Amino acid sequence: MSGARERVLAGIRAALNRNGPLAESVTAALDARLEKPRANVKPAVKDDAVERFVAKMEAVHGAVVRVPAMDKISEAVEAHLELHGLSPELVVAPDPELENVPWSNRFVIERRAASGDDRVSVTGAFAGIAETGTLVLLSGPESPTTLNFLPDDHIVVLRVDRIVVHMEDAWARLRKERGNMPRTVNLITGPSKTADVEQTIQEGAHGPRRLRVILVG
Amino acid sequence: MQSRAHEFKQRSQAALLDPELKRAMGKAKGGFQQKRRIAIDALPEFEALRHAAREIKEHTLHHLDYYLERYEQAVHATGGQVHWASTTEEAREIILKICRDAGARRVTKGKSMVGEEMAINEALEQSGFEPVETDLGEYIIQLANEPPSHIIAPAVHKTKNQITDLFHAHHQKYGLTDRVTEVAAIVNEARTVLREKFLSADVGITGANFLIAETGSSIIVTNEGNGDLTNTLPRVHIVTAGIEKVIPTLEDVSTILRLLARSATGQEMSVYTTFSTGPKRSGDLDGPGEYHVVLLDNGRSQMLGNEFHEMLRCIRCGACMNHCPVYQSVGGHAYGWVYPGPMGSVLTPLMVGLDKSFDLPNACTLNGRCKEVCPMSIPLPDMLRKLRERGHEQRLSPPRVRVGLRLWAYFAKRPKLYRLATRMGMAVLGRLGRRRGRFRRLPFAGGWTDARDLPAPHGVTFQAALKARGVRK
Repeated sequence: MSGARERVLAGIRAALNRNGPLAESVTAALDARLEKPRANVKPAVKDDAVERFVAKMEAVHGAVVRVPAMDKISEAVEAHLELHGLSPELVVAPDPELENVPWSNRFVIERRAASGDDRVSVTGAFAGIAETGTLVLLSGPESPTTLNFLPDDHIVVLRVDRIVVHMEDAWARLRKERGNMPRTVNLITGPSKTADVEQTIQEGAHGPRRLRVILVG
Repeated sequence: MQSRAHEFKQRSQAALLDPELKRAMGKAKGGFQQKRRIAIDALPEFEALRHAAREIKEHTLHHLDYYLERYEQAVHATGGQVHWASTTEEAREIILKICRDAGARRVTKGKSMVGEEMAINEALEQSGFEPVETDLGEYIIQLANEPPSHIIAPAVHKTKNQITDLFHAHHQKYGLTDRVTEVAAIVNEARTVLREKFLSADVGITGANFLIAETGSSIIVTNEGNGDLTNTLPRVHIVTAGIEKVIPTLEDVSTILRLLARSATGQEMSVYTTFSTGPKRSGDLDGPGEYHVVLLDNGRSQMLGNEFHEMLRCIRCGACMNHCPVYQSVGGHAYGWVYPGPMGSVLTPLMVGLDKSFDLPNACTLNGRCKEVCPMSIPLPDMLRKLRERGHEQRLSPPRVRVGLRLWAYFAKRPKLYRLATRMGMAVLGRLGRRRGRFRRLPFAGGWTDARDLPAPHGVTFQAALKARGVRK
């Protein structure tokens, strides 16, 4: 609808008692607000960031295991599969960091986006937010979004130096390291769940039934 | 969606007599209130965040044209398209055209209240598409052919038994013939049925909790993951959003996100908060090839200029209805349109017309709980009072109320006469009711005495008692 845009904007300006766009002096101030975003109120986080992240993630039923180095990931994945009786077929994100991991040759590994039949995925993470125990995953050739949602088990490898305190710190890192927003940013806080049947919480709604975080470092 | 808000009285009376509804609402109420309380008590910064969030929204609304234009530029820069719609008809046409151009058949949907405003499911069906609601609650009510009764828990009015029956009736065609009676099995069956729909959908339609001007992102906040499968798997992703959803920066949305889930479900964060920015990028292995945003006005720009503009701060958390005794008693369907509860009693008159919904602002005890719990500090009771005033000015109130009010005003403006009349009235009532201490029935007071007795007054009037205690005015 070509005229609708003008109608809506004109309606807004009329409601705000203005005839046209804002004065340049005003837009300059608004431009500056957008270009240099500032944090507002950040809740105090007193505990150690890594400990807080683990505690918060576990509180929402995300499982966390810590390993000293990347070469121990394979064992941690194996332990997860054993615990839940899963077959050793993995779809691993085509992430260079995960490619250099010495994987046990008992795994059958494919590196691609997820399909509907995949049971277990392994992905990296851009950051972890300690405040709420939230993972930050960015879409890209090395991290297809479907891996975060289609498989029953989602295993996320997170280096401890990627843990930040607040959500705002993750945005600052994103701007610095990536420059702009990828197609998808997923903030993930626990496994998929629903309370739509009589407000009873049930995990494993449409996304992963289990979320496992392997903390490295 | 066609409004039936004018039938509020009949519908609420029917709701009060519905035992299944009573059971379902009874289960939900305490949980919502308690979870919110715990989450907010654990956050000492809650009031500071609330204040900051209000400032952000007010700032944005005062420059709404600027932020919408900046948002649009940012979407274009990522290869997405923005479509503007003044009315729900325009919005429907835009969406149908996108679906037709995409050669779509199946359309998956994430939960969206703006989608309900424009009744997009009916429009899609009539044009030969197959819309599939994928949020479990929305899926349940789609099977039941009902509208949502709560903005974040659309099937809150349904009991588990009713859901079992619905699934049994509708899932046989997929070869699922067992009756599923446990919550885990119900959820699992929906997962199985909908998984197939997700994987075969051509278009995915989601709403938006926020739009970010800085980055051109749309945000959805969910727990199930259905919204993510909806916006990732199909070839085309359509976002529907009201024009008031725009927020300047990622930092600003971080502030409001701290309030949203806590106020809604008592979670610190919902499981999935997802930022979608344009179509998939070169090299991406998944994601939609097209990204469209439909910005809907539908009366919002008019609200911006009048005494109800604060309503545009609403972030659709549902806290007001979770704490409203009227909503808890009659449920969401009685309200007759998309938005129920206190926020709905303000929005429906403004979007559908006060003449078609005058009972809604009156169905309020003015207890103020909605305002107390609103994370955006929206003065809902004040607005409801203003709507009552407006309705009275437009002569929408029934003649008996108008005569009664005029009579009361006559006395209220004459304090001496008022005191005399109340003293006399009390004396008469007190004497008449002396024996029983209460009245079973009174002329002109059937509305009160139909459901309960009226205690007979005794002693002196309130004002006289106050005076006797020597309390100053």
